[in-house]
Amino acid sequence: MSVLIGEETKLLVQGMTGKTGAFHTVQAIDYGTNVVAGVTPGKAGGSVEGCDGVPIFNTCEEAVAATGANASVIYVPPPFAADAIMEAAAAGIPLIITITEGVPAADMVNVMAFLDAEHPNTVLVGPNCPGVITPGACKIGIMPGYIHKEGDIGVVSRSGTLTYEVVHQLTTLGLGQSTAIGIGGDPVKGMDFIDCIKLFNEDPGTRAIMMIGEIGGSSEEEAAAYIKDNVKKPVAGFIAGLTAPPGKRMGHAGAIIAGGKGSAQDKIAAMEAAGIKMAPTPAEMGTTLQSLL
Amino acid sequence: MKIHEHQGKDLFRKYGVPVPFGIPAMSKAEALAAVPKVMDHSGGEYVVVKAQIHAGGRGQGGGVKVCKGKAAAEEAINAIFGMQLVTHQTGPEGKEVQRLLIEQGLDIKHEYYLGITLDRATGRVTVMASTEGGMEIETVAEKSPDKIFKEAIVPGIGWQAHQSRSLGFKLGLDAKQVRVFGAFMQRLTKCYEDMDCSLLEINPLITTGDGQVLALDAKINFDDNGLFRHKELEEWRDLSEEDASEVEASKHDLSFINLDGSIGCMVNGAGLAMSTMDIIKHYGGDPANFLDVGGGATAEKVTAAFKIITSDPRVKGIFVNIFGGIMKCDTIANGVVAAVKEIGLKVPLVVRLEGTNVELGKKIIAESGLNVETCTDMGDGARKIVELTK
Repeated sequence: MSVLIGEETKLLVQGMTGKTGAFHTVQAIDYGTNVVAGVTPGKAGGSVEGCDGVPIFNTCEEAVAATGANASVIYVPPPFAADAIMEAAAAGIPLIITITEGVPAADMVNVMAFLDAEHPNTVLVGPNCPGVITPGACKIGIMPGYIHKEGDIGVVSRSGTLTYEVVHQLTTLGLGQSTAIGIGGDPVKGMDFIDCIKLFNEDPGTRAIMMIGEIGGSSEEEAAAYIKDNVKKPVAGFIAGLTAPPGKRMGHAGAIIAGGKGSAQDKIAAMEAAGIKMAPTPAEMGTTLQSLL
Repeated sequence: MKIHEHQGKDLFRKYGVPVPFGIPAMSKAEALAAVPKVMDHSGGEYVVVKAQIHAGGRGQGGGVKVCKGKAAAEEAINAIFGMQLVTHQTGPEGKEVQRLLIEQGLDIKHEYYLGITLDRATGRVTVMASTEGGMEIETVAEKSPDKIFKEAIVPGIGWQAHQSRSLGFKLGLDAKQVRVFGAFMQRLTKCYEDMDCSLLEINPLITTGDGQVLALDAKINFDDNGLFRHKELEEWRDLSEEDASEVEASKHDLSFINLDGSIGCMVNGAGLAMSTMDIIKHYGGDPANFLDVGGGATAEKVTAAFKIITSDPRVKGIFVNIFGGIMKCDTIANGVVAAVKEIGLKVPLVVRLEGTNVELGKKIIAESGLNVETCTDMGDGARKIVELTK
């Protein structure tokens, strides 16, 4: 069992003919993901090397009509990413995963308002995220597939390579993952911790949850409050940025301690108070979760 | 990206947001020449000499002086231009004042705070106003949150007149001032949205004896992700306000932040880079920097990153922590080997490689003949580099 994606996922790739899109589409197909269509305006009828048999369409609407795609991944450049998300939603695609990094915050404010008003049931992951993987079944995004292992640990993280780090630690310990979700490091985004935790909590195939946060914002605190009240499954956590100086943006647009808010100390305290076992160092994320089983 | 107050006020003028008359000066001579011009224009004998640095808290640091008459203004210019201005945002070493804004003095009746920023909890651009002008808004938020009034902008709909009236009357403005404030807010919110701002702060916003509403200050930050839509802003970037290493890093598309410690770090991914700093600290060391080489780094980029780290004389050791995804370990290894061969290595180097092409990467390092410590995982690597730099 898994959340969001699995064997039944039929993936559409927006921006499949670009360098990044093409590379990761080949990787996804190699992993076993069912890629059914690509969309690049003006390139209908074309093909991408290594993705033989995946038809390319001009619009999402045409692609969905022809293939029944039920998930989309977006690799288009930042100036066009917001439009691409809204096109996918308008075409009726229920799950949209946006990998693109560098989307203006103002564009994401509009995207979220559009989704809330017109497509409230559409699920958006990202932008600026590594994607989602259900090991052994479906890989959508830029994560290296081979570090994952089928299993029953749900992983949710705001970071990219730190997600790989924790997955690798879990796999090395023999702990496979039900699904690993990278929600991304931008201030305005789709799914947040709380949405993923809810899914994992309800998923019978998920036994325990690993939650990796970082400085900035307050979504870890909100998730902690939710976990305290609703989640009986064991949860382990880690927060990156304990030593980050205030006022400096640590790579991610959203990773900044501003106005004295969003510090790692506050987040760790809130998570511990909710009964989440916190890893003392990033080298002990896997063993911390293991100790709860 | 941040800009200076005088640039922010130029932007306000473009949008019709009222600001005091002023002249920016890049030298002492220009500043002295500006004083009579400002006095002639305003018809008054008061001028304000304002240090232009990006950091806040300039007033408390002695960087802003209200002067009556030419002699006093000249004295203030001589004192402020070239000074090391220390504020709570500059750090103890302060910042050299290299430009001034010479502005007309005004008959201030009341000072307010006005700020616009993205509230990430609601996903809405939100206007905050307070009667406590001149104070740090964080302090007001902590001590008297009831004195901060908020109005969110509905995406696609934009700022509405009733929102200005609501804020204006809460601030205690009279009916005539509320009308003036309404026009002010309409233009200001348009400026924020048009220009992809991430923060727009006016502290203080003032009313004058003759009923005007003016922005006495202008602090504007732009969303770096939106800069591609505003190429004209590039000429407003003041590199002297930015850390030299950070500027060099940004040329190579590296995300770099200078810190106070002695262990240089090179990592891929922001979260892993922050965690690497954390684990170094955990084992008793101090990171010299945050450095994310990004996902698609080339060997050249890695070499550039290595050069930036080693150019810092405080660096006593280097920890390379890579989890290859898109970034392949052999790319990193080649970059490190090339950099060391080019510039030499005078400090200990610990390399931790994991992920895509890890065996190939380790082989390249091993066969290079370089004096590199390897490690089993990031905890082991952090312990080793801390030990080696003691």
